[in-house]
Amino acid sequence: MMADLPSLYRQMLRIRRFEERCAELYSGERIRGFVHLYIGEEAVAVGVIDRLTPDDAIVATYREHGHALARGIAMDAVMSEMYGRTQGVSHGRGGSMHLFHAPSRFYGGNAIVAGGLPLAVGLALADRMQDRERVTACFFGEGAMAEGEFHESINLAALWRLPVLFVCENNLYAMGTALARSESETNLAVKAAAYEVPSWSCDGMDVEAMSHAAERAVALVRDSGGPVFLEARTFRFRAHSMYDPDRYREREEIERWRERDPITIASTRLIERGLMDQEALDAIDADVTSEVDAAVAAAEAGTDEDVADLERHVTSGGVRP
Amino acid sequence: MTVMPDVQVLSFRDAVREGIRDAMRRDERVFLMGEDVGRYGGGFGVSLGLLEEFGEERVRDTPLSESGFVGAGIGAALGGMRPIVEIMTVNFSLLALDQILNTAATLRHMSGGQFNVPLVIRMTTGAGRQLAAQHSHSLEGFYAHIPGLRVVSPATVEDGFGMLATALEDPDPVVIFEHGSLYNEKGELPQPAAPVDIDFARVRRGGDDLTLITHGGSLRLCLTAADQLAADGISAEVIDLRTLRPLDDQTVMASVARTHRAVVVDEGWRSVGMSAEVAARVAEECFYDLDAPVGRVASVEVPIPYPRHLEQAALPSVERVVAAAERAVGRRG
Repeated sequence: MMADLPSLYRQMLRIRRFEERCAELYSGERIRGFVHLYIGEEAVAVGVIDRLTPDDAIVATYREHGHALARGIAMDAVMSEMYGRTQGVSHGRGGSMHLFHAPSRFYGGNAIVAGGLPLAVGLALADRMQDRERVTACFFGEGAMAEGEFHESINLAALWRLPVLFVCENNLYAMGTALARSESETNLAVKAAAYEVPSWSCDGMDVEAMSHAAERAVALVRDSGGPVFLEARTFRFRAHSMYDPDRYREREEIERWRERDPITIASTRLIERGLMDQEALDAIDADVTSEVDAAVAAAEAGTDEDVADLERHVTSGGVRP
Repeated sequence: MTVMPDVQVLSFRDAVREGIRDAMRRDERVFLMGEDVGRYGGGFGVSLGLLEEFGEERVRDTPLSESGFVGAGIGAALGGMRPIVEIMTVNFSLLALDQILNTAATLRHMSGGQFNVPLVIRMTTGAGRQLAAQHSHSLEGFYAHIPGLRVVSPATVEDGFGMLATALEDPDPVVIFEHGSLYNEKGELPQPAAPVDIDFARVRRGGDDLTLITHGGSLRLCLTAADQLAADGISAEVIDLRTLRPLDDQTVMASVARTHRAVVVDEGWRSVGMSAEVAARVAEECFYDLDAPVGRVASVEVPIPYPRHLEQAALPSVERVVAAAERAVGRRG
C-alpha cells in the first residue's frame, strides 16, 4: 500500500493544518478539555499507518488526531468530535482524547498512559485464535515504557507470539519529564529487545525513513506472526497539552528540532527531486486548508446530543437466559 | 429402565467448573485465561481437568500480569472472542483496576456505542479462611460502584453453574464474585442444568416480620439466623440480591413494604459499601413503610486479621444478624 512521497506529504499537512486550527479554536474556546497536539510528530503516524491494510487494527493514545486522520477517518467527523457534537466520530462522547471508529478498526483514543497496550495484545490474541492474519499496530509514547502495562503487554505478546506492532513515539518528554530523568536505560529498543522481540529505532522526523522502517516492521510481524518493537525518534513542537506552559524544555532544543520539521524535510525533498514545485505545494496547502475550513463549518453546524440521552451507551441493556 | 434424577448434588466448585465446561463445549469463542488456571487447575481448583479437555489455547495460563491479561481479555472480547478471565482473588484484581474501570466499563459509552466489551471476569472474594489482610477482602462494593459493569454474586450451586452462561451472552463486561467459603459447599443443581437470569434478586426464604437482604457468602448465615429467629417466633424473609449492579430494587422494596423492617447483611466494610447503598435505597423508596430504622451487619472496619478469633470478630456472624433482627423487631434495645 506504500503511498508516494507527495501523498505522504499531503497526509502530514492535513494533520498539521487540522491541529493548527484546533489550537486556534481552543484559544477561541470552541474546543475545551484537554487537547494534545501531534505537531512535529506527523511522520510517525503517516509512515506507519500507510503500511497497514484496512483489516489491521490501530490502538492509539490521547494524542491521536493524526492517527485518526492518517487512517482515513473523515476530518469533519474528527473535528465534530472536538466540538462534542453528535456527528463526531465518537458521537461527541469522547472528545479529543477518545476518538474511536469501528469501521476503520480504530480502537482509540486511550488516555491512560500504556492503557491501550494490553488491549492491543488481546486484539492480536483474538486474531490468532480465529486464524486471521492481521496486524494490530499499537502507538504509545516513551513515557508508557515506565508503566507496568508496557512490560506485561510486550511479555505476553512475545510469550504467545502475537502479531502486535509496538510503535513507541519517543518525543523525549513524558509530559514534562525528560527521558533521562525517567528511564535507567534510555535506549528504548534495548529495553524492548530484553523480551526477545525484534526491536530497532528509526528517524521519526523523516516520513520516508519512517515508512521504510514501518514496511520492514509490518512485514516482519506478518511473516513471523510475532511482535515487533519500533522506536520512532521524534519531537513535539508544541507543549504537552493546551494547558502546558512548557517550562521544562530549552528554547534552543525546540528550535534545533524544528529545523528537522518533517513537513519541511518532505517538501524540500519533493522540490529537490523535481516531483513538485512551489506552486504545486501551495495548491496542496490551499486544498488542505479548505478541507479544514469545511470540517470546522460542519462542526459549527453540528448538533448537541439531547441531555435525555445522557445515560445511553453505558450498557447494552443486559440479556436474558 | 433408569430414572434420571431431576437434581444433581455437587459442590459449588464443581458447579462453576461444569458451567465453564458447558460454555466452552457450546461456543468455540469461549476460553479461560488466568494465573494457574491450566496445569495447576486453578488457585481454588475450579478449572481442574479443563486443560486436558480443551488444551492450552483455550485454557490459557498467564504470567502474573493482572493488568496485562485482563486487558488482553478486553481486546480479545473486542476481537470477537468470549473470554472468561479468572483473577485469583479480589485483592489481586486491584492490579487490573485500570483495565476494568478505565477501559472495560468505559469503552462503550466513550466510543458513542461503537465498542462493547463482552468479557466475563471471575474472582474469589471474602474472608473466613485465616488468609489475613491481603487475601480476604470483599470489594464487591468497589465494582458495583462503576457504571458500565454488571456485578453478580452467586450464592448457590444453581447460580454458580447458571450465571456464567448468561454472563457470557451479555454484550457488556460482567464481574462474577465467588466467595471462597462457598467452593466446598454442596447443593442441588436442577437437571438439566440451565442458565439463570443475572437481573433479579430472589426470595430464598419467605417471612413476614422483617427482611434480611444479603448476597454471596453471607446468604448461608442469614438462612441460619432466620432458623434461629423462627424458633424465637420471628419470621424473617431472606432476599439474595444475586446481582449487585444493577440492583433489583423491586424485589427488595416489595418485601420491605410488606415486612416493614429491613436488615442488610454484607461482608464488605460498613462505610460506603454495598450495605450502605442498599440501606440508602430502602430509606429512599420505603421510608413510609418502615416501622424501624434499617439495620446493617457488615465487616468491622479493619484490614482482616490473621488470628481466627479476631477474623471471626471482624465478620458478620449468625449472632450479629440475629441481634440486628431482634433490634429491628423491638426485642432488643
